[in-house]
Order: sequence, then structure tokens, then C-alpha cells
Amino acid sequence: MSLGELSTLLVWGAATAYAIAFVAFAVDLARLADDRVGERVEAESVAVGTAGASAAAGSTVVAERPMPVPPTGPRRRRAAGIAMATTTAGLALHVAGTVLRGLAAGRVPWANMYEFSLVGSLVAVTTFLVLCRRRDVRFLGSIVIGLALVALGLGLARFYIPAAAVEPALQSYWLVIHVSIAIIATGLLTVSFAASALQLLKDSRDAGSPHLASRHWRPLDALPSTRELEALSFRITAVGFVLWTFTVMAGAMWAEHAWARYWGWDPKEVWSFVVWVVYAAYLHARTTRGWSGRRAAWFVVIGYATVLFNFTGVNLFFHGLHAYSGLTTGTPK
Amino acid sequence: MAVHPPPYRPEGLADDPYDAAEDAPATVTLPRLGWTGSLRWVWRQLTSMRVALMLLMLLAVVAVPGSVFPQRPRDPASVAAYLRDNPSVGPWLDRLGFFDVYASPWFSAVYVLLFVSLIGCIVPRLRVHLRAVRAAPPRTPRNLARMPSHRELTTTASPEAVVDAARTVLVGRFRLLPRFRVVTPDEVAGVRTVSAERGYVRESGNVLFHLALVGLLVSIATGQALHYRGQAIVVEGRGFANAVTDYDTFEAGTAFDPRSLVPFTLRLDRFTATFTADAAARPRDFVADVTVKDAQGEHKETIKVNHPLSAGAANVYLQGNGYAPDVLIRDADGNIAFSGPVPFLPQDAQYRSKGVIKVPDVTSGDQIGLVGFLLPTAVISAQGASSIYPQPDNPMLVLTVWKGDLGLDDGVPQNVYELDARGMTQVLDTDGKPSTLLVAPGQTVDLPDGLGTLTWSGLPRFVALDLRHDPSLPWILGFAVAALGGLVLSLFTPRRRVWLRVTSVDGRRVVAAAALARGDDLGLDAELDRVVAAVAALEPDPHQEGQDDEPR
Repeated sequence: MSLGELSTLLVWGAATAYAIAFVAFAVDLARLADDRVGERVEAESVAVGTAGASAAAGSTVVAERPMPVPPTGPRRRRAAGIAMATTTAGLALHVAGTVLRGLAAGRVPWANMYEFSLVGSLVAVTTFLVLCRRRDVRFLGSIVIGLALVALGLGLARFYIPAAAVEPALQSYWLVIHVSIAIIATGLLTVSFAASALQLLKDSRDAGSPHLASRHWRPLDALPSTRELEALSFRITAVGFVLWTFTVMAGAMWAEHAWARYWGWDPKEVWSFVVWVVYAAYLHARTTRGWSGRRAAWFVVIGYATVLFNFTGVNLFFHGLHAYSGLTTGTPK
Repeated sequence: MAVHPPPYRPEGLADDPYDAAEDAPATVTLPRLGWTGSLRWVWRQLTSMRVALMLLMLLAVVAVPGSVFPQRPRDPASVAAYLRDNPSVGPWLDRLGFFDVYASPWFSAVYVLLFVSLIGCIVPRLRVHLRAVRAAPPRTPRNLARMPSHRELTTTASPEAVVDAARTVLVGRFRLLPRFRVVTPDEVAGVRTVSAERGYVRESGNVLFHLALVGLLVSIATGQALHYRGQAIVVEGRGFANAVTDYDTFEAGTAFDPRSLVPFTLRLDRFTATFTADAAARPRDFVADVTVKDAQGEHKETIKVNHPLSAGAANVYLQGNGYAPDVLIRDADGNIAFSGPVPFLPQDAQYRSKGVIKVPDVTSGDQIGLVGFLLPTAVISAQGASSIYPQPDNPMLVLTVWKGDLGLDDGVPQNVYELDARGMTQVLDTDGKPSTLLVAPGQTVDLPDGLGTLTWSGLPRFVALDLRHDPSLPWILGFAVAALGGLVLSLFTPRRRVWLRVTSVDGRRVVAAAALARGDDLGLDAELDRVVAAVAALEPDPHQEGQDDEPR
């Protein structure tokens, strides 16, 4: 078995581990919701007895603005433990698979769409695990791991090509700089999308949306407040936006080296620009009266849709210079 | 979502500086040019956050068609094909500028309005910010307990010691570059306060980012006016000189001066192409070895795809390559009518290359045109001839023959890679099929109809070189880096205010402390804790008059 084949096998292993983790995260969220409902019933019964005291307590809570620490139920969250363990194991396999892929190809492992999904999901999962070390954001697990699973699955099933060296246009140190930062930005924006999507869902449920009223959506009650989700999403998006700005600038410098112009409105450049503008609009929306909160969160959703389209659609539908999927043979440049 | 009113909004960091300006006419920074009220209203709208937001969204939307429709500057052939295939809708799209989106009036309108809005918004903010930077931190609020983060403690240390301890921890290690700006005014007799503020750099970064974007736009426009770009096809063993006339295509900005071309010549010594050995033949390496002759003398250089060559204040890029079969054609009278390499343009990954050999200079009779393909590794089958590999393992020329008038003499520019068939007739075999020549290297074949002979003497390669000079590049890089730096500062600098009030009650000092941040700030509590801890650490020290220098 060659290094490349071994890498693919490890990636399959990682995908399997993530699948288990995904289920476990979903179970955890459902349990959490059940616990939450129980707590709320208790709290309400207490509140009836001491109405005045609870009102005072309530105002204190508002004034102190609790930091975004999601509720931890009184029970041990066994499903979450399993999910974190399998995610960590999956990440180990994922890292090993990615490193071997790079060794097999004799270059950095991010030069075609398969490798992009491989490394992009790696960054998303790593970001998630790093965030988990600093505070309890395990509630994001099902979405982040779910997206990573989809990315790996698509990569293995649709974008896979054997490990090989790259064409002259990609033989540059910019491949290391530009593409790696682009992938990290994509991974971060994935996590912030997860937070904003949850924020929107929770906000709708809190507002009494009939579509989200059923008990299947009860896990949303277990999440931190929409305000905290908003703050979390913003922090990650801010980092992602800076990295994306760097990606676009580094891309322009590489284009200046390789194609004799720093900007040529190639489809990939167009969509990178669109991504940048949408997230810039998000940052403005947050500070515009009447646009913060829910409306701003929609910008993250739209922005992430453009990120995904930039990664998949542009490579598959348009003919541009960034045709690096390796799935079709381009004309010699 | 807006459960709480925003805790504090420093001037200049208001959500909308103009909304704030309405409340406080003193900070109105609109140009006072005596405009009519409606114009002022339009200006105010244009420079509002809401309109900036709309314009940003609009910019994202209007950029998209450029990726959907073929664009003339990038790919004129596809535009022509699109117009041919869509005769009803195509001309309308063309009229509306959909084939050159980024130069269209509507795209330009959006970004010009956006930049006007940006300037109109950021210049007043800059003024406000410059004032804020010079101003002292705001006075200590009366009720510190109402702040989102607050502490209270008592200490036996003197008020001066408390104030000094707080100041030391707030200023940090570098006195010249303090973390907080600190003032310690006396409120009323016996009540000392400390008010401190940090994060001025946040707004500085914000202003820097936006001004850098303006600089970027100006640099790009300047570059457009001053740049030049020339393309030349150079065959192995031959060269070109850096002069407008020597390029196959040459375009330059409106402010370009042809005298600014730095003279040099470049000769292509050798071009090497490497491909994978499998049937897909993916390119692996392209290297052009060249000799440059300029003011410094003659020196050997290499040009690769990602490694342009610097020559004569310009960069020379390797943009394409192919084969240029070297042919010699004698006319019916046996005189040499044509001799030299003819570039054939590759059509696919296997370098099936298309080309035309035009022979106008015949001694007598019809002019000759040879149209066809070069196959680097030819395979002849029942379906026809094709190439299976891009390297010249079994090269073959497959040509059909035309005779008549090439149309070169009437002065109309022609595409050298296409035969203008209007004055030509194709030479046919006796069976009525087009007469086809299959030529191997070194071979001499007779042209049909007694038109003469063709000798294929060699197969040099050619490279397509792009030579470009854009004096704005360092500026663009500089502004881009400034924008990135400003962005980082404006997004990641925390803005915090910290206050202390020291009152004496029964011989002990009651210290109330509070902190406030703009937006969510995870480090705010820790910041306040540091200050409070420094004050609390004073307690075991009973010497109240430890400091002899008066604060401030």
C-alpha cells in the first residue's frame, strides 16, 4: 500500500469517527434540552412562591450579563463525553491522513478540491476543539462535525484524485501561504456560521415561530442566549474576515507573479471579492442601528453561502484560472 | 435583541456619526458650502451607515454577473461565441454592459458612490477621533454600582496610595506607551477619582483601514493610467526588443509615454517543457532560458511560470508555449518563397496545434496558404490523425493547401493564425477531396498542382511572453498592508473604561471600582480584577504616607 492509499484509508477512518461523534453530539443536545425543560418547570414553581424576590434576582441577572457559558446540566453529559472523545480520535486520524497525503504528493496537501475539503474540515474541527478547551461550546459540535463530515464525504466521494505533484502554475511558495490561510479562514467561517445559524433558529423559537415550536426543536432551548451566540459568532467571523482579507491580498500578489496581473476578475477572484464584501457588510450591519442581531446574523449565513459557492460552484461551473480541482484536464497554459 | 440600551457610545464610535451629530450640533462636520437643504439631505443619506450597508450589498450583487457571463477583457472569443449563440438576448446584454461588467456604468456607479459615502463618513470621523485622542478620559460616573462590571472594597491605605496603585497597574510597564490613559481628578474635597480609558487605537485602525482603501483605489487608477503591457511570441533562437513596434500586441494606459520604455533585448535560447508520463500528460515544469542584453551588458536568465524576469523596469512573464515548425517553401519556379518558423497554437493538452503558413511572396502565379495541424506525437488511425502526447516523439504536420489571393496586400490587418479564405480556393485531389499533405521532419514534399515544394527543417518551440510595467504596484502593496493593519487594530483592540472612586469613611477608605467596555468584552472582568487586586494588596501596608511625590 502506498502512502497515498494509506492516507485515504486514514481519512475514511476519520470520517467514520466523525459520524459517531455527530450522532453523540445530537444525542447530547437532545438530553440537554430535556434537562433544561425540567429545570425550567422547577424554576417556575419556585418563582410563583417568591414573586418579589425573583423579580429582584431577575434584574440582577440582567445587569450582570452572564458571560457566554452554556448551561451544564446537573447530570454528567455522557453523550458529550463520547462525542468529544471520538472527535479527538477522528482529528488524530484526520491529521495523520493529511500529513501522509502531503508526503505522498511531495508538497503541501492543499492543491486540489479533495485536499481543500480535507484541510478545510481539519481546520473547522481543530477550531472547534480549541474553542472547547477555553469554554464549553460543545453545543456547536453537531453542526461543526456535521459540516466536516459532509466536506470529507464529498471530498472522498466526488472530488477525490490520487496524490500527485502540481502543475507549474501552482509551484510557488504562495501555495503554502495563500491557500493555507484561505482554508483556515474557511474553517473559521464554518464555525461562525454554525453559531449564527443556531442564533437565528433559537431567536425564531424564542419569538414563538410555529415552525420551531415542536419538541424536536427543544435542543435550541439548551443553547446559550442569542446574544451570546451573536457575540461568539462575531468574534470568530472577525478573525475569519481578517484572514480572508489576507487571502485576497496574498492571492493578488501570487496572481501578479504567475499571471502578470494582480487582479483580473477571474471567477474565483469575483467570488472572493463577493465573500469579502458580504462579510464587510456584516461588520457594518452590526454597528448600524436596526441592523444588529438577527439581521446581521443573516449576513453570516449569506456570507457562508458565498464561501461555499466560491469553493465548489466556481470550480465546477465556471472556467477560470483557478481550475485546480484536478477533475478535468485543462488546456495547457 | 436590543434588551439593554448600548452601555456607552463614545463620540465618533456612534453607530451612525450623523445621527449623533443631530443630537449635538457642535459636532456637525458637514461641509458648510451653503447647499440647499435637499442636497444636504442627500449628502447626509449617502454618508449614513444604512446607505453604506446598502451599497456594500449592492456591490456584492453587481459583481456577480462578471463571473456568469464571459467578459470581453478576459475572453473576447467567448463573448463572440455567446453573441452568436444568443442572437436575441446577447445584443441587449452587450448594450447593458454585461460583457464588461467591471467597466460598466452601473458597476462603476456603485463603487464610486460607495467610496464617496466612505470618504464622507470617515473624514468627519477622523476629525472627531483626533479630538477624542487629545481629550481626557470621561469623568467618573456618579453611581459606579450601575456599571456592568463593578467591585467595592475597603482599605486602610491612603487615597494617594490607592490612586497610585491603580494608576501604575493601568498604565502598565511602558510609561511612554501606556495601556490606559489615566487622569486622577479630585471630585470634591476628600474624594479622589481615577478615570482611565484604553483602545483609542481601535478607531485609529478603523480610520486607517478606510483611508487605506481610498489610497488603494487611487493607486489602482493611477496604475491603470501609467501601465503598459506587451505580448510577444518568441521562437527558440530568436529574440525581441523592448519597443512598442516589436510586440505582437501592446496596450498602455492613457498617461503612458512610449519613451519610458527602457531599452533591452531578449533572446530565447531554449525552452524546456516537462510533463507527466501518463496519458493525461499533466504539465510539470516549463523553463525558458533567455539571454538579456541591457545597459548592464549581456546576462543569462531563466523565466518560469511563477518566476517572472525583471528587465528594464518591467516584469517578463511566461504565459504560454507551443511549437513553431521551421519550414522552407519553394515556389513553382524553384525560388525560396518562404523560410522560417511558424508558431502553431496548441489546442489541447496533447499539443495538437493549429496554424497557418502564408506564402505571399511567390515569383509567379497564385499565392499559397497551408492550413492544418502539428501533431507532436502523431497517431494515424481510421478516424484521422491525432496527437497522444505533448512531447515531439513522432511529430507530423497535416496540412491542406489553398491557393489564390491571401488578402495581405490591401493593408487590412489579419489574424496570423487564420486564413482569410475569401480570395483562396482549396486545392483538391482528383477524387474531389481536399488535398492533404502529411509531412515528417526533414522531409521535402511536393505541393499539389505544381505549386512548389515544402521542406520541414526543424521543430523549435516558442514561448508567449507577457511584459508588464505598473509603477503603482509598491503603492498598492503599501495601502493593502495598511488596510490589513488597520483592520486588525479596529477589530481586536478592546475599548475599555475603568473608574475608581476613593471616599473616606471612618478612617478607612472605601474604593468603588467599575469598568465598561464597548460591545462584548471577555477580558473586562479580568481587567477590573487586576486593578482591584493591586489596591487590595495595599491593605497590609500601614504606612499611609509612603509616597512623597504628589500624583500628576
